[in-house]
Amino acid sequence: MCTVCGCSGATVDGSDHHHGHDHDHGDHHAHGHDHDHDHRHEAHDHGGTIDFGAGPARAHVPGLSQARMVEIERGILAKNDGYAAANRRRFAGSGTLAVNLLSSPGSGKTTLLVATLERLHGRLPLAVIEGDQQTELDADRIRATGVPAVQVNTGKGCHLDAHMVGHALERLPGVGGGLLFIENVGNLVCPAAFDLGEAARVALLSVTEGEDKPLKYPDTFAGADLVLVTKTDLVPHLGTDLAAIERAVARVNPKATLHHVSARTGEGMDGWQAWLLERRDRWLADGAARVTRAAE
Amino acid sequence: MALCESLLQAMEEAAVANAFTRVRRVRLEVGRFAGVEVEALRFGFDVVTRGSLADGAELLVLERPGQGWCFDCGDTVELTARLDPCPRCGGERLAPNGGTEMTIKDLEVE
Repeated sequence: MCTVCGCSGATVDGSDHHHGHDHDHGDHHAHGHDHDHDHRHEAHDHGGTIDFGAGPARAHVPGLSQARMVEIERGILAKNDGYAAANRRRFAGSGTLAVNLLSSPGSGKTTLLVATLERLHGRLPLAVIEGDQQTELDADRIRATGVPAVQVNTGKGCHLDAHMVGHALERLPGVGGGLLFIENVGNLVCPAAFDLGEAARVALLSVTEGEDKPLKYPDTFAGADLVLVTKTDLVPHLGTDLAAIERAVARVNPKATLHHVSARTGEGMDGWQAWLLERRDRWLADGAARVTRAAE
Repeated sequence: MALCESLLQAMEEAAVANAFTRVRRVRLEVGRFAGVEVEALRFGFDVVTRGSLADGAELLVLERPGQGWCFDCGDTVELTARLDPCPRCGGERLAPNGGTEMTIKDLEVE
């Protein structure tokens, strides 16, 4: 895991309270459900706290009677997962298919998105959340297509987390029945660990990056529902071994679907679009089933 | 670093819930395939906890073995490395299904 990212407060563009909400939320949540939950947890299973003197504590620190063990049994990313679950409920409630796009910087996420939005604009509701450390350049490119976009600047942070996405959602119009694209910070490592509440995860690998990247950075590719091999128009110039890419992806993720696309020539864009619309239809059908189940 | 901040946050919440003011030792369970570099985690932990309730606390990492689902055997097998072939059939189509977790097990506090 990345050690250089500060992952300090992100800013959502156009917001009046750039750094404020981190603190507000910190306070709010400390006194909110998390805190309560801890208490409930304690109340429900009394084994939650082992007081000093109990076996393990004594075994570890003989003679230090004031020390005690507190069992937490909590995932390190539990906080993020809580926000992700809230986002997921929100997407399910509105029938929005959220797609998280992961790749290294420069693999063509934004170019692919712009080409995709140009094809789909007017056919169904669309919105984009753009994650970058700095600048609003990507959101500007998206807005030029007429699709609403929110830029999240993560500052020193190297990935989007579910909390940042929750805030970005407040600044976007609803896209019920449509697609929300979340373009993660360009990084093949950290974004893989953070669930944003998305229904589908897409990893991009451009043909300029080297066939072995899925083996070197397995987590990003292992978690993907779809792997898009981008910039395929460059293959004749590079001699990229597409079969080797396919083998590397299959090695870390035997279940992933793989498509080749070139946003520049349009090659493969039909297949990518069909995949998106099929996922959207399935998500809506599942959503209807969820509502029916909830009503019963 | 983000993980360490989450870890610190979890400890601060536990401090409120369990009425303690200092953490002396943290025990983490980290799966072999959790994508966590333990040395990086240690470095981040020292930096992030400086001046906090866990300043100077010892970080103990308990490594959990890895498992994968082999598509060829149709079964879960033990794996030592993420890209190892199936120890049973030699197949390479494996999806990790164990050892991917990272959990705070317990805290030694005062």
